[in-house]
Amino acid sequence: MARALINLPRTARRGEVIEIRTLIQHVMETGYRPGADGVVVPRDIITRFTCLYNNEEIFAAELAPAIAANPFLSFSTVATESGILAFTWTGDNGFEQTETRSLTVT
Amino acid sequence: MSSPSSLRLSIERRALGAGLLAVALLRPARAERPGLREAVLGFTGGKEPSEGGITLDIPPLVENGNTVPVTIAVESPMTEEDHVRRIALFNERNPQPHVITAQIGPRAGRARLSTRMRLATSQRLVAVAELSDGSYRSASAEVIVTLAACVEG
Repeated sequence: MARALINLPRTARRGEVIEIRTLIQHVMETGYRPGADGVVVPRDIITRFTCLYNNEEIFAAELAPAIAANPFLSFSTVATESGILAFTWTGDNGFEQTETRSLTVT
Repeated sequence: MSSPSSLRLSIERRALGAGLLAVALLRPARAERPGLREAVLGFTGGKEPSEGGITLDIPPLVENGNTVPVTIAVESPMTEEDHVRRIALFNERNPQPHVITAQIGPRAGRARLSTRMRLATSQRLVAVAELSDGSYRSASAEVIVTLAACVEG
C-alpha cells in the first residue's frame, strides 16, 4: 500500500465549498527515462483518479506521464450531506488503491 | 607545401568531421508527437476555444522541472445550468502533449484544479475548459525551465 495523504475538513456547514487535497506516494515513471543500464525504464504511472461522495462521482482525472512523482491533486466540492468520500487511484501494473474519509455536515 | 605529417592530420580531421556528420544524420529523430494545437483541437472536437474567463497559474521561471505547481481556475457560477464540465492542460514540448484532464460538475462548487507537473524544457502550456453550454475557453502561459525533468536520464 502506498502512503496517501488526504486533507479535507472533518466538519462543514451545509452548502459550504470545501477544498480537498490529495497526495499519494508513487514513482510516476514516465517510460521515457533510461535507467542505470541504459535501457528505458517501462512506464509505471497512475492513469486515473476518482472521488466519490456517497457513491456519486464528484471529481475524476486522467493523468499523463507529465504529472510529477507522488501525484498531488487539489479540487473542491459542495458539502451537501454527511457521509463518506472515497478516493481511488488506478494505474499501470494493476495499481489500485482506495482511501475513505468521513465528512460531517451540520 | 604541407609536410606529410600535417597532411595526414588534415585528412584525419576531415574523416573525423565526416564521421560526426554521419552520426548527426543517422541519429534517430525523436518520435513525432502531435502538436499543442492538434492536442487542444482534439479535446475540443475541432472547436476554437475563446480566450478569457480562465486563468492558468504557473511560475514563469521554474528552477526544477521535475515538480512544478500549476493551478487552473475558471470563472463560473457552477450551477446546474451553467458550469464547467471538463478542464484539461496541454504542453508544447514534453514527449506527450497531454498533462491532465479532469471531469468536474456543479457539485464542485468552484471550477478550480491544482496539481504538480513535469516540464522537459522551456515551453508554452495551454489550459482548456469545457463549459456546460458546449463552448470552450483557453488560457496559455510561457514557462522558462532551468533544470529539466529527466527525460534524458
